[in-house]
Amino acid sequence: MNLRRSLTGDPLAGLLFILPAFVALTVFLVGPILYAFWLSFHEFTFINPDLSKFVGIDNYVRMFQDERFQKALLNTSIYSLGVVPTQVCIALLLALIVDGKVRGRTFFRVSYFLPTVTSTVAVSVMFLNLFKKDGVVNQFLGLFGIEGRSWLLDVDFALPSIMLMAVWTTVGQFMVIYLAGLQDIPQELYEAAEVDGAGPFRRFWHITLPLLKPTTFFIVIMSIIGTFQVFDQMYVISKGEGGPLDATLTVVLYLYNAAFKEFEMGYASAMAFFLFFVILILTLVQRKFFGEETRM
Amino acid sequence: MSKRIWKVLLYTVVIGYAALTLFPFLWSVLTSLKATPDVSKVWVPLEKLTLDNYIKLIGSDEYSFSKWFLNSLIVAVIVTAGNLVFNSMAGYALARINFPGKTLFFLMVLGVMMVPGQVILVPIYILLSSLGWVDNYAALTIPWLVNGFGIFLMRQFFLSIPKELEEAGFIDGLTRWGVFWRIVMPLARPALATQAIFQFMGNWNSFMWPNLLTTSEEMYTLPVGLATLYGEYDAFWNHIMAGAMFMTVPVIIVFLIFQRHFIKGIATTGLK
Repeated sequence: MNLRRSLTGDPLAGLLFILPAFVALTVFLVGPILYAFWLSFHEFTFINPDLSKFVGIDNYVRMFQDERFQKALLNTSIYSLGVVPTQVCIALLLALIVDGKVRGRTFFRVSYFLPTVTSTVAVSVMFLNLFKKDGVVNQFLGLFGIEGRSWLLDVDFALPSIMLMAVWTTVGQFMVIYLAGLQDIPQELYEAAEVDGAGPFRRFWHITLPLLKPTTFFIVIMSIIGTFQVFDQMYVISKGEGGPLDATLTVVLYLYNAAFKEFEMGYASAMAFFLFFVILILTLVQRKFFGEETRM
Repeated sequence: MSKRIWKVLLYTVVIGYAALTLFPFLWSVLTSLKATPDVSKVWVPLEKLTLDNYIKLIGSDEYSFSKWFLNSLIVAVIVTAGNLVFNSMAGYALARINFPGKTLFFLMVLGVMMVPGQVILVPIYILLSSLGWVDNYAALTIPWLVNGFGIFLMRQFFLSIPKELEEAGFIDGLTRWGVFWRIVMPLARPALATQAIFQFMGNWNSFMWPNLLTTSEEMYTLPVGLATLYGEYDAFWNHIMAGAMFMTVPVIIVFLIFQRHFIKGIATTGLK
């Protein structure tokens, strides 16, 4: 009885154990989140904090009238809409393949995963090198008589090129999560289906896909969250500007520049909260769409 | 017969995708080994490849490359160590001890996990600069020593450790602190390894925060330095690619060593 109590009771020990985490989370996360919320209703410049004034929802209203913000939001949405489904499909396909009896499975799994562990900055400069005007991609296309261009500096191709890069970088991570999901599917189900005469495609459609639903939900959410927060690639490739002609301007890059180039920190905070709500709403909608059984 | 066609198709996809993932790395290595006059040439004879770019970067007076490397290493190691200790302590308390405000603290942990980092961009900058921490190690390490996701991960893991082991420790006269360090932490090695790799890679590769929180070239971390290297010297692709390799190779080594844990870790966290 005494022992039981010493195991679960002991409130002082509990408080001491969480103390460092509690202080850090309060000072560096909860506090700043609340402060950002306060800032988003103010006109605020870090250089001149005394001039801060309450402006109500002006920052939020301004956001929707700001053409550059609209462009950034459009770019981010295109980016997300293009990258998320492509990523999920390729990840699933690769997982199905390397889950089967392929020789050199480990080698392939590791190769596919390699881009995921590499820094976005390193990947960005690698792609800049590959896709530059006289780069190896253009040399290769030249063999087929296709004229090369500076892919990442071209208004029409900059964003799609970065999308390609994003898919390349993150597919491996989602493939691994799918692999884990596949491992959880009981083999007997497939055996039973085979006895009933179901071919590989029917087995995939009626067993694999439905049972992977929670995994897919998780992956889609992760992918949406990741794509809506995209920043590093655009920053490096466009040297912080989001160019050419705002073609690679994303929400995060725009708010970053608003905060630290224009010093409009209240406005930037409003955009950050907008981003948070977009992500939150998309997550909730997804949850509804994928059904109740998909708890995370 | 159709089975053979199927197999050929299968291996075409598998090998083709592997080529797609590996090519950018191999091409970057090749570029990083080219002498400056050969940079724009696609094929360079083997004997003209050189390690000069690497040597130049390390000993450069123009930019503090070795300093950037060291900064990244220091930051990644300190932040990883802090997370392992503090997240584990908090996760353990949440899994095993009753204390006032436990539910509230747990909700706080879950709550901060949901908010994207960009929301706190401005406040953190204001906070750190009023503390005078911008452009020194404090800004790059102290705010990141604790992580909501890490706490959650450790809590889940500690819930699965049998209570009997701890009871035995108490009977042998260990204190709560002793049980935590001598019994619980050694059992948590797989979870700690997963967290260590996540944290190390995350911090090693991190760009947005160090880019914001460092202003002098001396304090840059490797990704920030590499981005400026491209920004200012984009004709010297061989140097830039050598820089990218300095950024990439340590992580690949860490990854290959811990591969098993890492893949398992990703596979189970967040899903279960």
